[in-house]
Amino acid sequence: MENRLRVLRAERNWSQQDLAERIEVSRQSVNAIETGKYDPSLPLAFRIAELFDRPIEDIFVSPSRRSSKAI
Amino acid sequence: MTARALRTTAWKRYNWRVIWLSLLYCGFLVPAVYGFKHHLIAGAAAWIVAVLPAIPIIGLFAAMGRYLVEEQDEYVRMLTVRQMLWAMGFTLSCATIWGFLDNFGLVGHVDGYWIVVVWYFGQAVGSVANKLTLGDGRC
Repeated sequence: MENRLRVLRAERNWSQQDLAERIEVSRQSVNAIETGKYDPSLPLAFRIAELFDRPIEDIFVSPSRRSSKAI
Repeated sequence: MTARALRTTAWKRYNWRVIWLSLLYCGFLVPAVYGFKHHLIAGAAAWIVAVLPAIPIIGLFAAMGRYLVEEQDEYVRMLTVRQMLWAMGFTLSCATIWGFLDNFGLVGHVDGYWIVVVWYFGQAVGSVANKLTLGDGRC
């Protein structure tokens, strides 16, 4: 799933490891989410959204909205 | 992903369980082999002694299930489940192919417990598949 995680992380000068520790997952998990290889569960997506103090849809791009824009 | 990076707390706990179960396996197997080789065991005791080495192996499967329950990192858990599915598909395929070859007399009969060894080899296949498709794998 497309997302703005890398941008939000960079704005705070956090490494992937820093973010991983804050949301209590491995650095590999952060990398997999950032690169769109893995879609986080809803609880993890909420944890990420709460950490950045933003709604989920500000961080993760809805696949259906993305495809409707393309049309 | 390096194997080291995937060593979560749950994974370390799983490894300790595997070590203890392996020791228990040796503890059951060695006396059983000795006892049967020297015709020291017979009757009902023979059945019990023959089955004892299987119990730690069954414990390995339980430990794996426990690991999946305890693993807190959902991405790592997903990688492990994918690896296990690959192992299952690989093992069932090997067993099916071998079964037909055996049936038509092209290969010799193999003891059933070797299926566990094939399953662990299948895990390695799953790890390679994870590495190729997601860039992350663990053996």
